[in-house]
Amino acid sequence: MSDEENLTRHTPLSPAALAGRLAVIGGVLFISALAFAYAGGWLTPDRLTPARMVAALSDRGGNPLGHRRNHSKGMCFTGVFDANGAASQYSVAPMLVASRYPVVGRFAIAVGNPDASDIMGRVKSMAVRIVSPNGQEWRSGMNNSPVFVVSNPRDFYELTLAQDIDPATGKPDPDAMKRFSATHPDSAPFAEWSQTAPWTASWADQAYNSLNAFLFVDAGGARHLVRWSMEPTVSPTAVPLAALASMGPDFLEHDLVRRLADGPLTWRLMVTFAEPGDPSNDATKAWPSDRKRVDVGTLIVQKAEAEADGPCRDFNYDPTILPTGIAVSDDLLLPARSVAYARSFDLRTAEAADYPRTVRPAGDRPAGDRP
Amino acid sequence: MRTERDGFSGLQRVLHWLMAIMVLTMLFIGVSMVSTLRPRYLTLISIHKPLGIAILALAVLRLGVRWRLGAPPLPDDLPRAQALAAKLSHVVLYALLIVMPLVGWGMLSAGGYPIVLYGSLHLPKILPHDDQLHAVLRTAHTVLAYMFFATILLHVAAALFHGLIRRDGVFRAMAAIGPRNQ
Repeated sequence: MSDEENLTRHTPLSPAALAGRLAVIGGVLFISALAFAYAGGWLTPDRLTPARMVAALSDRGGNPLGHRRNHSKGMCFTGVFDANGAASQYSVAPMLVASRYPVVGRFAIAVGNPDASDIMGRVKSMAVRIVSPNGQEWRSGMNNSPVFVVSNPRDFYELTLAQDIDPATGKPDPDAMKRFSATHPDSAPFAEWSQTAPWTASWADQAYNSLNAFLFVDAGGARHLVRWSMEPTVSPTAVPLAALASMGPDFLEHDLVRRLADGPLTWRLMVTFAEPGDPSNDATKAWPSDRKRVDVGTLIVQKAEAEADGPCRDFNYDPTILPTGIAVSDDLLLPARSVAYARSFDLRTAEAADYPRTVRPAGDRPAGDRP
Repeated sequence: MRTERDGFSGLQRVLHWLMAIMVLTMLFIGVSMVSTLRPRYLTLISIHKPLGIAILALAVLRLGVRWRLGAPPLPDDLPRAQALAAKLSHVVLYALLIVMPLVGWGMLSAGGYPIVLYGSLHLPKILPHDDQLHAVLRTAHTVLAYMFFATILLHVAAALFHGLIRRDGVFRAMAAIGPRNQ
């Protein structure tokens, strides 16, 4: 400390100087707190936050507490992925090297009500978690529609609001979906699939599509824009809606258990490579059907288990959890899916009491890392 | 034995200001990323994890340095309550520097997530995969983050109080650039 400072140290500040210096301190604190509040979205209530998104998804009938807030009704499966090595020239992902890798997955229907009847599941889904020996993971959530219904999170939010249950009728507003379709023409390819694709009574006979585009990164660092699909080896059996309606609320689960009792079910993982001009960021648009497709391996589903006690229960099938060699594209849906899934996961893991396990005591569960 | 005229060592000052920037970055990234659906979410979270681990490593180093070198004493004429508040807030700050990254790491472990620092560089899981454990740690991560920011604001207010109002050398002990005993 300098002599000069020693002299000034205890010199009293004038009231004006004291007030000014206190104001500086107050100002620093105020601006800091304001910046923090802005970063957290509290000053911009119109911001579409994960909390708002997931709250809207939670409000589509039924009681989703303890459950995923979308694709809420489903069943766990375990199996293996047999990579054939054909993708190794396009991606250094360790689970694309020819070998066998464990899989914990989930079949579901795209509803917000975990007690919905399976006939509500126009969109069926498959989620997988493929683990390499060095601990890298490839998680993917795929739907049986060839395209997604919207291309960005804002539209998905509006779609979700259109599906909200009207407390007066207990059903969604029938005009809300019409209004949504009229104002979102890019949802037309999905709508056409939804209206024309045959209904089936099985998860086993459906193809499940990544919808979003991703990048395969090869050993030389080159990037390849891809989408992928799990193609069934069971041919689909169309079932009229009236017949489905008479099959009870859980026909998908019964069908899966029945089929697996006869042996494993398989899907071929087909990777489609984009050509220049194919959209990387618009999941509502299919790529032309003549694109190069490579069969990169076989998913073998061996065993199904109820979700309440199943190994998929406590995994978040965040599609941005990717190994080296696979990266997200610029599709706006991917970051939104990641953060919204995390929000849903955070909510439901805190609500475990609302979704009790039925078979094993909590302390007796196998570690989830050992599928 | 250092006297009141000494400041913190150069190493301690470098660690303090480097970590101040890192921790504030962390807190702003954290509060920002959980409130957006936009692509910056993925960028922010990919920074959040390795930065948190870097803070943990530096915090351990810093505690060691503090243990070896100590801290300059507070002024003799500082009221006892203020001296106690200073000591307590520093304990809280050191504890949060260590605990916050561990809670984040533990929360990802209990959530069954791979803990990716960069590319194929993964950290091991430090807790079993357990939904209820995840829920407790996830809540703790948020609550402690707000507590951390509030404690930092108090710390800044106190530092400025020493620097602008009391002018007693406490602020200079950490803020001054250049050799000690200047």
